[in-house]
Amino acid sequence: MRFLGAVALVTLLSGCAGNWGWHVVSPATEKGVSNLQFLIGGLWATVSISLTAIAISVALGLMVALPGLSGNRWLRGFSRTYVEVVRAAPVLVLILWVYYGLPVVGGVAIGVFWAGVLALALSDSAFQAEIFRAGIQSVPRGQIEAARAISLTYADTMRFVILPQAIRRILPALGNQFVYMLKMSSLVSVIGMQELTRRANELVVTEYRPLEIYTVLVLEYLALILLVSQGVRWMERRLGAAER
Amino acid sequence: MSDPLITLRGVTKRFGDFTALDSVDMDVAEGERVVVCGPSGSGKSTLIRCINRLERHDAGEIVVDGVTLDDRSADTVRGEVGMVFQQFNLFPHLSVLDNLTLGPMRVRKLSRADARARAMRYLEKVRIPEQADKYPGQLSGGQQQRVAIARALCMEPRVMLFDEPTSALDPEMIAEVLDVMIDLARSGMTMICVTHEMGFARKVADRMVFMDGGAIVETAPPADFFSQPKTARCKRFLDQILGH
Repeated sequence: MRFLGAVALVTLLSGCAGNWGWHVVSPATEKGVSNLQFLIGGLWATVSISLTAIAISVALGLMVALPGLSGNRWLRGFSRTYVEVVRAAPVLVLILWVYYGLPVVGGVAIGVFWAGVLALALSDSAFQAEIFRAGIQSVPRGQIEAARAISLTYADTMRFVILPQAIRRILPALGNQFVYMLKMSSLVSVIGMQELTRRANELVVTEYRPLEIYTVLVLEYLALILLVSQGVRWMERRLGAAER
Repeated sequence: MSDPLITLRGVTKRFGDFTALDSVDMDVAEGERVVVCGPSGSGKSTLIRCINRLERHDAGEIVVDGVTLDDRSADTVRGEVGMVFQQFNLFPHLSVLDNLTLGPMRVRKLSRADARARAMRYLEKVRIPEQADKYPGQLSGGQQQRVAIARALCMEPRVMLFDEPTSALDPEMIAEVLDVMIDLARSGMTMICVTHEMGFARKVADRMVFMDGGAIVETAPPADFFSQPKTARCKRFLDQILGH
Protein backbone atom coordinates (compact mmCIF):
# COMPACT_ATOMS: atom_id res chain seq x y z
CA MET A 1 0.00 0.00 0.00
CA ARG A 2 2.72 2.41 1.00
CA PHE A 3 4.65 1.56 -2.16
CA LEU A 4 1.59 2.22 -4.35
CA GLY A 5 1.06 5.49 -2.61
CA ALA A 6 4.64 6.53 -3.24
CA VAL A 7 4.36 5.62 -6.90
CA ALA A 8 1.14 7.59 -7.22
CA LEU A 9 2.74 10.62 -5.57
CA VAL A 10 5.83 10.49 -7.76
CA THR A 11 3.71 10.08 -10.90
CA LEU A 12 1.54 13.00 -9.87
CA LEU A 13 4.38 15.30 -9.00
CA SER A 14 6.73 14.31 -11.83
CA GLY A 15 4.46 15.86 -14.41
CA CYS A 16 3.19 12.64 -15.98
CA ALA A 17 -0.29 14.02 -15.46
CA GLY A 18 0.66 16.36 -18.25
CA ASN A 19 0.06 19.82 -16.98
CA TRP A 20 2.73 20.24 -14.30
CA GLY A 21 5.57 22.60 -14.91
CA TRP A 22 8.18 22.08 -12.26
CA HIS A 23 10.75 23.83 -14.41
CA VAL A 24 9.65 27.17 -12.94
CA VAL A 25 11.07 26.13 -9.57
CA SER A 26 13.66 23.62 -10.73
CA PRO A 27 17.12 24.09 -9.23
CA ALA A 28 18.48 22.67 -12.51
CA THR A 29 17.56 25.66 -14.63
CA GLU A 30 18.78 29.20 -14.31
CA LYS A 31 15.25 30.53 -14.30
CA GLY A 32 14.21 28.04 -11.65
CA VAL A 33 17.10 29.01 -9.41
CA SER A 34 16.32 32.71 -9.62
CA ASN A 35 12.64 31.98 -8.93
CA LEU A 36 13.56 29.87 -5.89
CA GLN A 37 15.85 32.60 -4.63
CA PHE A 38 13.02 35.06 -5.00
CA LEU A 39 10.66 32.80 -3.03
CA ILE A 40 13.14 32.06 -0.25
CA GLY A 41 13.92 35.78 -0.10
CA GLY A 42 10.73 36.20 1.95
CA LEU A 43 12.00 33.90 4.66
CA TRP A 44 13.64 36.54 6.81
CA ALA A 45 10.54 38.74 6.74
CA THR A 46 8.31 35.84 7.82
CA VAL A 47 10.68 34.79 10.58
CA SER A 48 11.32 38.29 11.92
CA ILE A 49 7.68 39.34 11.89
CA SER A 50 6.62 36.09 13.62
CA LEU A 51 9.35 36.24 16.24
CA THR A 52 8.68 39.88 17.06
CA ALA A 53 4.94 39.32 17.20
CA ILE A 54 5.18 36.23 19.41
CA ALA A 55 7.54 37.97 21.84
CA ILE A 56 5.17 40.91 22.20
CA SER A 57 2.15 38.66 22.36
CA VAL A 58 3.57 36.52 25.18
CA ALA A 59 4.41 39.63 27.22
CA LEU A 60 1.01 41.17 26.49
CA GLY A 61 -0.76 37.90 27.24
CA LEU A 62 0.91 37.67 30.65
CA MET A 63 0.01 41.26 31.44
CA VAL A 64 -3.61 40.52 30.61
CA ALA A 65 -3.68 37.17 32.43
CA LEU A 66 -2.32 38.39 35.78
CA PRO A 67 -5.06 40.95 36.53
CA GLY A 68 -7.55 38.24 35.54
CA LEU A 69 -6.38 36.17 38.49
CA SER A 70 -6.50 38.94 41.09
CA GLY A 71 -9.09 39.35 43.79
CA ASN A 72 -10.17 42.69 42.37
CA ARG A 73 -13.43 42.58 40.43
CA TRP A 74 -12.48 45.46 38.10
CA LEU A 75 -9.13 43.97 37.18
CA ARG A 76 -10.80 40.65 36.45
CA GLY A 77 -13.39 42.45 34.36
CA PHE A 78 -10.70 44.20 32.33
CA SER A 79 -8.93 40.93 31.62
CA ARG A 80 -12.15 39.14 30.67
CA THR A 81 -13.27 41.94 28.35
CA TYR A 82 -9.89 42.16 26.63
CA VAL A 83 -9.84 38.44 25.94
CA GLU A 84 -13.40 38.30 24.66
CA VAL A 85 -13.14 41.35 22.39
CA VAL A 86 -9.70 40.70 20.94
CA ARG A 87 -10.37 37.01 20.48
CA ALA A 88 -13.49 37.81 18.47
CA ALA A 89 -11.68 39.92 15.85
CA PRO A 90 -10.54 37.92 12.78
CA VAL A 91 -6.79 38.24 12.25
CA LEU A 92 -7.17 39.47 8.68
CA VAL A 93 -9.61 42.14 9.76
CA LEU A 94 -7.27 43.20 12.55
CA ILE A 95 -4.37 43.53 10.10
CA LEU A 96 -6.43 45.69 7.74
CA TRP A 97 -7.83 47.70 10.63
CA VAL A 98 -4.42 48.46 12.12
CA TYR A 99 -2.81 49.25 8.76
CA TYR A 100 -5.57 51.34 7.21
CA GLY A 101 -7.51 52.38 10.29
CA LEU A 102 -4.83 53.44 12.76
CA PRO A 103 -3.51 56.32 10.61
CA VAL A 104 -7.05 57.68 10.35
CA VAL A 105 -8.05 57.18 13.99
CA GLY A 106 -4.77 57.90 15.72
CA GLY A 107 -3.08 60.05 13.12
CA VAL A 108 -0.07 57.73 13.16
CA ALA A 109 1.15 56.05 10.02
CA ILE A 110 3.11 52.88 10.63
CA GLY A 111 4.98 50.73 8.17
CA VAL A 112 3.78 47.33 7.02
CA PHE A 113 6.18 45.48 9.30
CA TRP A 114 5.01 47.12 12.53
CA ALA A 115 1.39 47.15 11.44
CA GLY A 116 1.68 43.41 10.86
CA VAL A 117 3.49 42.82 14.13
CA LEU A 118 0.97 44.86 16.08
CA ALA A 119 -2.06 43.13 14.57
CA LEU A 120 -0.62 39.63 14.96
CA ALA A 121 0.58 40.27 18.51
CA LEU A 122 -2.73 41.81 19.54
CA SER A 123 -4.73 38.94 18.13
CA ASP A 124 -2.50 36.26 19.62
CA SER A 125 -2.24 37.94 23.04
CA ALA A 126 -5.84 37.05 23.89
CA PHE A 127 -5.02 33.39 23.37
CA GLN A 128 -1.75 33.71 25.26
CA ALA A 129 -3.65 35.26 28.17
CA GLU A 130 -5.96 32.26 28.38
CA ILE A 131 -3.02 29.86 28.19
CA PHE A 132 -1.21 31.69 30.99
CA ARG A 133 -4.37 31.77 33.09
CA ALA A 134 -4.81 28.03 32.74
CA GLY A 135 -1.12 27.42 33.47
CA ILE A 136 -1.03 29.60 36.56
CA GLN A 137 -4.26 28.12 37.89
CA SER A 138 -2.87 24.61 37.48
CA VAL A 139 -0.08 25.31 40.00
CA PRO A 140 -1.28 23.96 43.37
CA ARG A 141 -2.55 26.55 45.84
CA GLY A 142 -0.03 25.33 48.43
CA GLN A 143 2.78 26.80 46.34
CA ILE A 144 1.44 30.33 46.73
CA GLU A 145 0.87 29.73 50.44
CA ALA A 146 4.42 28.45 50.90
CA ALA A 147 5.79 31.48 49.06
CA ARG A 148 3.70 33.80 51.22
CA ALA A 149 4.76 31.99 54.36
CA ILE A 150 8.39 32.87 53.63
CA SER A 151 7.22 36.44 53.12
CA LEU A 152 7.90 36.70 49.37
CA THR A 153 6.25 39.64 47.62
CA TYR A 154 3.60 39.05 44.95
CA ALA A 155 6.10 39.83 42.18
CA ASP A 156 8.72 37.47 43.60
CA THR A 157 6.12 34.75 44.15
CA MET A 158 5.14 34.97 40.49
CA ARG A 159 8.69 35.25 39.20
CA PHE A 160 10.41 32.56 41.23
CA VAL A 161 7.65 30.16 42.24
CA ILE A 162 4.50 30.26 40.12
CA LEU A 163 5.56 31.21 36.59
CA PRO A 164 8.50 28.79 36.33
CA GLN A 165 6.11 25.96 37.16
CA ALA A 166 3.29 27.32 34.99
CA ILE A 167 5.55 27.76 31.94
CA ARG A 168 6.65 24.12 32.10
CA ARG A 169 3.04 23.07 31.92
CA ILE A 170 2.05 25.42 29.11
CA LEU A 171 5.11 24.92 26.94
CA PRO A 172 3.30 22.61 24.48
CA ALA A 173 0.50 25.16 24.17
CA LEU A 174 2.99 27.99 23.68
CA GLY A 175 4.66 25.92 20.95
CA ASN A 176 1.27 25.55 19.29
CA GLN A 177 0.78 29.29 19.33
CA PHE A 178 4.22 29.87 17.84
CA VAL A 179 3.43 27.50 14.97
CA TYR A 180 0.11 29.23 14.54
CA MET A 181 1.83 32.61 14.48
CA LEU A 182 4.16 31.55 11.67
CA LYS A 183 1.16 30.54 9.61
CA MET A 184 -0.88 33.61 10.49
CA SER A 185 1.98 35.82 9.36
CA SER A 186 1.07 34.83 5.79
CA LEU A 187 -1.95 37.13 6.13
CA VAL A 188 0.33 40.14 6.38
CA SER A 189 0.90 39.64 2.66
CA VAL A 190 -2.36 41.49 2.03
CA ILE A 191 -0.84 44.79 3.14
CA GLY A 192 2.23 44.27 0.99
CA MET A 193 4.73 42.79 3.40
CA GLN A 194 7.34 40.99 1.30
CA GLU A 195 7.21 37.74 3.22
CA LEU A 196 6.96 34.17 1.94
CA THR A 197 3.33 34.22 0.86
CA ARG A 198 3.53 37.63 -0.79
CA ARG A 199 6.55 36.50 -2.80
CA ALA A 200 4.75 33.36 -3.90
CA ASN A 201 1.73 35.39 -4.97
CA GLU A 202 3.88 37.75 -6.99
CA LEU A 203 5.68 34.92 -8.70
CA VAL A 204 2.40 33.24 -9.57
CA VAL A 205 1.28 36.39 -11.33
CA THR A 206 4.30 36.33 -13.63
CA GLU A 207 4.75 32.59 -14.07
CA TYR A 208 1.13 31.32 -14.12
CA ARG A 209 2.21 28.22 -12.20
CA PRO A 210 0.23 28.43 -8.93
CA LEU A 211 0.33 24.73 -7.98
CA GLU A 212 4.07 24.39 -8.28
CA ILE A 213 4.84 27.68 -6.58
CA TYR A 214 2.37 27.20 -3.74
CA THR A 215 3.72 23.69 -3.21
CA VAL A 216 7.15 25.22 -2.65
CA LEU A 217 5.49 27.72 -0.29
CA VAL A 218 3.91 24.90 1.72
CA LEU A 219 7.28 23.19 1.99
CA GLU A 220 8.87 26.43 3.18
CA TYR A 221 6.33 26.71 6.01
CA LEU A 222 6.72 23.03 6.79
CA ALA A 223 10.49 23.40 7.17
CA LEU A 224 10.11 26.45 9.42
CA ILE A 225 7.52 24.81 11.60
CA LEU A 226 9.47 21.58 11.99
CA LEU A 227 12.33 23.73 13.21
CA VAL A 228 10.08 25.40 15.77
CA SER A 229 8.74 22.02 16.94
CA GLN A 230 12.29 20.81 17.49
CA GLY A 231 13.05 23.91 19.49
CA VAL A 232 10.00 23.47 21.71
CA ARG A 233 10.79 19.78 22.30
CA TRP A 234 14.30 20.72 23.26
CA MET A 235 13.05 23.28 25.76
CA GLU A 236 10.55 20.81 27.19
CA ARG A 237 13.33 18.31 27.75
CA ARG A 238 15.62 20.90 29.28
CA LEU A 239 13.03 22.26 31.70
CA GLY A 240 11.49 18.89 32.46
CA ALA A 241 14.82 17.31 33.30
CA ALA A 242 15.36 19.65 36.19
CA GLU A 243 12.17 18.69 37.96
CA ARG A 244 12.90 15.05 38.65
CA MET B 1 6.30 38.59 83.07
CA SER B 2 6.81 40.16 79.65
CA ASP B 3 4.12 40.57 77.05
CA PRO B 4 3.09 37.41 75.21
CA LEU B 5 4.66 36.91 71.78
CA ILE B 6 1.29 36.14 70.22
CA THR B 7 -2.07 37.42 71.39
CA LEU B 8 -5.46 36.50 69.94
CA ARG B 9 -8.56 38.36 71.12
CA GLY B 10 -12.02 37.43 69.91
CA VAL B 11 -10.68 36.05 66.63
CA THR B 12 -13.51 34.96 64.37
CA LYS B 13 -13.33 33.45 60.91
CA ARG B 14 -16.26 32.48 58.73
CA PHE B 15 -16.36 30.60 55.44
CA GLY B 16 -19.75 31.58 54.07
CA ASP B 17 -22.26 30.38 56.67
CA PHE B 18 -19.75 28.16 58.41
CA THR B 19 -18.02 29.64 61.44
CA ALA B 20 -14.55 28.13 61.53
CA LEU B 21 -13.33 30.18 64.46
CA ASP B 22 -15.73 31.56 67.02
CA SER B 23 -14.23 34.38 69.07
CA VAL B 24 -10.99 32.67 70.05
CA ASP B 25 -8.75 34.11 72.78
CA MET B 26 -5.24 32.81 73.21
CA ASP B 27 -1.83 33.96 74.44
CA VAL B 28 1.47 32.35 73.59
CA ALA B 29 4.55 33.41 75.53
CA GLU B 30 8.03 33.56 74.08
CA GLY B 31 9.61 30.10 74.17
CA GLU B 32 6.30 28.40 74.90
CA ARG B 33 5.36 25.18 73.08
CA VAL B 34 1.65 24.83 72.48
CA VAL B 35 0.07 21.72 70.98
CA VAL B 36 -3.38 22.20 69.48
CA CYS B 37 -5.58 19.17 68.95
CA GLY B 38 -9.20 18.46 68.25
CA PRO B 39 -11.47 16.63 65.82
CA SER B 40 -11.27 17.50 62.12
CA GLY B 41 -13.19 20.64 61.29
CA SER B 42 -12.67 22.01 64.79
CA GLY B 43 -10.83 25.06 63.46
CA LYS B 44 -7.31 24.21 64.60
CA SER B 45 -5.75 24.59 61.14
CA THR B 46 -7.68 27.79 60.53
CA LEU B 47 -6.39 29.12 63.84
CA ILE B 48 -2.72 28.87 62.89
CA ARG B 49 -3.39 29.88 59.28
CA CYS B 50 -4.87 33.11 60.64
CA ILE B 51 -1.71 33.78 62.65
CA ASN B 52 0.35 34.20 59.47
CA ARG B 53 -2.59 35.54 57.51
CA LEU B 54 -2.99 32.72 55.02
CA GLU B 55 -6.57 33.27 56.13
CA ARG B 56 -7.90 36.72 56.87
CA HIS B 57 -9.84 36.80 60.14
CA ASP B 58 -13.24 38.50 60.04
CA ALA B 59 -13.29 39.89 63.55
CA GLY B 60 -11.07 40.22 66.58
CA GLU B 61 -7.42 41.07 66.87
CA ILE B 62 -4.18 39.17 66.36
CA VAL B 63 -0.95 40.70 67.65
CA VAL B 64 2.39 39.07 66.83
CA ASP B 65 5.47 40.47 68.53
CA GLY B 66 3.74 43.78 69.12
CA VAL B 67 2.46 44.14 65.55
CA THR B 68 -1.29 44.05 64.94
CA LEU B 69 -2.01 41.81 61.98
CA ASP B 70 -3.73 43.42 58.98
CA ASP B 71 -3.21 43.58 55.22
CA ARG B 72 -0.41 46.09 55.53
CA SER B 73 1.53 44.36 58.27
CA ALA B 74 1.05 40.85 56.87
CA ASP B 75 4.45 40.69 55.15
CA THR B 76 6.25 41.96 58.26
CA VAL B 77 4.50 39.44 60.48
CA ARG B 78 5.06 36.55 58.08
CA GLY B 79 8.77 37.25 58.29
CA GLU B 80 8.60 36.47 62.01
CA VAL B 81 6.36 33.45 61.67
CA GLY B 82 7.56 30.21 60.09
CA MET B 83 5.01 27.77 58.73
CA VAL B 84 5.22 24.06 58.04
CA PHE B 85 2.42 22.53 55.98
CA GLN B 86 0.86 19.10 55.99
CA GLN B 87 1.68 18.69 52.27
CA PHE B 88 5.24 20.12 52.62
CA ASN B 89 4.67 22.55 49.71
CA LEU B 90 8.29 22.57 48.66
CA PHE B 91 8.98 24.28 45.35
CA PRO B 92 9.38 21.29 43.00
CA HIS B 93 11.32 23.16 40.30
CA LEU B 94 14.04 24.31 42.71
CA SER B 95 16.77 22.24 44.31
CA VAL B 96 16.68 21.77 48.07
CA LEU B 97 19.33 24.46 48.46
CA ASP B 98 17.43 26.90 46.25
CA ASN B 99 14.24 26.20 48.20
CA LEU B 100 16.09 27.27 51.32
CA THR B 101 17.94 30.30 49.95
CA LEU B 102 15.02 31.90 48.08
CA GLY B 103 13.49 33.61 51.11
CA PRO B 104 16.74 34.74 52.74
CA MET B 105 18.00 36.18 49.44
CA ARG B 106 14.82 37.88 48.24
CA VAL B 107 13.31 38.93 51.56
CA ARG B 108 16.25 39.24 53.94
CA LYS B 109 18.56 40.46 51.13
CA LEU B 110 21.35 38.09 52.06
CA SER B 111 24.15 37.48 49.56
CA ARG B 112 24.12 34.11 47.82
CA ALA B 113 27.11 32.93 49.84
CA ASP B 114 25.54 33.95 53.16
CA ALA B 115 22.21 32.42 52.23
CA ARG B 116 23.92 29.16 51.26
CA ALA B 117 25.89 29.06 54.49
CA ARG B 118 22.70 29.61 56.44
CA ALA B 119 20.84 26.98 54.42
CA MET B 120 23.55 24.41 55.04
CA ARG B 121 23.49 25.20 58.75
CA TYR B 122 19.78 24.42 58.94
CA LEU B 123 20.08 21.38 56.70
CA GLU B 124 22.57 20.06 59.26
CA LYS B 125 20.02 20.79 61.97
CA VAL B 126 17.37 18.71 60.20
CA ARG B 127 20.05 16.10 59.49
CA ILE B 128 20.04 16.01 55.70
CA PRO B 129 22.93 18.22 54.52
CA GLU B 130 23.82 15.56 51.92
CA GLN B 131 20.54 16.18 50.05
CA ALA B 132 21.25 19.86 49.31
CA ASP B 133 21.56 19.50 45.56
CA LYS B 134 18.63 17.16 45.02
CA TYR B 135 15.16 18.14 43.93
CA PRO B 136 12.17 17.66 46.25
CA GLY B 137 10.76 14.91 44.01
CA GLN B 138 13.87 12.83 44.67
CA LEU B 139 13.34 12.82 48.44
CA SER B 140 11.13 10.72 50.70
CA GLY B 141 8.17 12.35 52.43
CA GLY B 142 10.02 12.54 55.73
CA GLN B 143 13.02 14.16 54.09
CA GLN B 144 10.79 16.63 52.24
CA GLN B 145 9.11 17.67 55.45
CA ARG B 146 12.47 18.18 57.12
CA VAL B 147 13.54 20.35 54.20
CA ALA B 148 10.31 22.31 54.64
CA ILE B 149 11.14 22.83 58.33
CA ALA B 150 14.64 23.99 57.37
CA ARG B 151 13.15 26.36 54.77
CA ALA B 152 11.00 27.99 57.44
CA LEU B 153 13.94 28.16 59.87
CA CYS B 154 16.12 29.88 57.26
CA MET B 155 13.96 32.97 57.70
CA GLU B 156 14.99 32.86 61.40
CA PRO B 157 11.43 33.33 62.64
CA ARG B 158 10.44 34.11 66.24
CA VAL B 159 7.74 31.47 66.19
CA MET B 160 7.09 28.28 64.20
CA LEU B 161 3.64 27.05 63.22
CA PHE B 162 3.10 23.41 62.32
CA ASP B 163 -0.07 22.38 60.50
CA GLU B 164 -0.34 18.60 60.96
CA PRO B 165 3.25 18.12 59.82
CA THR B 166 3.18 14.31 60.03
CA SER B 167 -0.33 13.58 58.76
CA ALA B 168 0.73 13.04 55.15
CA LEU B 169 3.67 10.81 56.06
CA ASP B 170 4.10 7.06 56.00
CA PRO B 171 4.33 5.74 59.58
CA GLU B 172 8.03 4.88 59.36
CA MET B 173 8.87 8.50 58.47
CA ILE B 174 6.95 10.19 61.26
CA ALA B 175 9.68 9.66 63.86
CA GLU B 176 12.41 11.40 61.86
CA VAL B 177 10.24 14.52 61.52
CA LEU B 178 9.17 14.47 65.17
CA ASP B 179 12.81 14.12 66.26
CA VAL B 180 13.65 17.30 64.40
CA MET B 181 10.69 19.05 66.00
CA ILE B 182 11.75 17.87 69.45
CA ASP B 183 15.26 19.24 68.85
CA LEU B 184 13.71 22.51 67.81
CA ALA B 185 11.53 22.65 70.91
CA ARG B 186 14.55 21.99 73.13
CA SER B 187 16.44 24.83 71.45
CA GLY B 188 13.83 27.19 72.91
CA MET B 189 11.83 27.97 69.76
CA THR B 190 8.30 29.22 70.32
CA MET B 191 6.03 26.66 68.63
CA ILE B 192 2.37 26.14 67.93
CA CYS B 193 1.76 22.63 66.61
CA VAL B 194 -1.46 21.25 65.28
CA THR B 195 -0.91 17.52 65.57
CA HIS B 196 -2.40 14.25 66.70
CA GLU B 197 0.99 12.92 67.79
CA MET B 198 0.26 12.71 71.49
CA GLY B 199 3.60 11.13 72.34
CA PHE B 200 5.27 14.22 70.93
CA ALA B 201 2.83 16.43 72.81
CA ARG B 202 3.61 14.75 76.13
CA LYS B 203 7.32 15.15 75.49
CA VAL B 204 7.54 18.81 74.50
CA ALA B 205 4.28 20.67 75.11
CA ASP B 206 4.08 23.30 77.83
CA ARG B 207 0.38 23.52 77.21
CA MET B 208 -2.31 21.53 75.42
CA VAL B 209 -5.17 23.27 73.67
CA PHE B 210 -8.25 21.29 72.73
CA MET B 211 -10.54 22.81 70.11
CA ASP B 212 -14.01 21.83 68.99
CA GLY B 213 -16.57 23.68 66.89
CA GLY B 214 -14.26 26.64 66.27
CA ALA B 215 -13.67 27.36 69.95
CA ILE B 216 -11.01 26.52 72.51
CA VAL B 217 -12.77 24.09 74.80
CA GLU B 218 -9.99 23.20 77.14
CA THR B 219 -6.43 24.20 77.84
CA ALA B 220 -4.11 22.58 80.37
CA PRO B 221 -0.55 21.39 80.93
CA PRO B 222 -0.08 17.97 79.29
CA ALA B 223 0.11 16.06 82.58
CA ASP B 224 -3.36 17.25 83.64
CA PHE B 225 -4.71 17.26 80.11
CA PHE B 226 -4.11 13.58 79.50
CA SER B 227 -4.86 12.29 83.01
CA GLN B 228 -7.91 14.33 83.90
CA PRO B 229 -9.62 16.07 81.00
CA LYS B 230 -12.26 18.45 82.35
CA THR B 231 -14.85 18.30 79.59
CA ALA B 232 -16.72 15.32 78.20
CA ARG B 233 -15.90 16.31 74.61
CA CYS B 234 -12.20 16.36 75.31
CA LYS B 235 -12.36 13.06 77.15
CA ARG B 236 -14.19 11.44 74.24
CA PHE B 237 -11.62 12.81 71.77
CA LEU B 238 -8.71 11.51 73.86
CA ASP B 239 -10.35 8.11 74.21
CA GLN B 240 -10.71 7.95 70.44
CA ILE B 241 -7.16 8.80 69.53
CA LEU B 242 -5.42 7.09 72.44
CA GLY B 243 -7.83 4.18 72.67
CA HIS B 244 -6.09 1.76 70.36
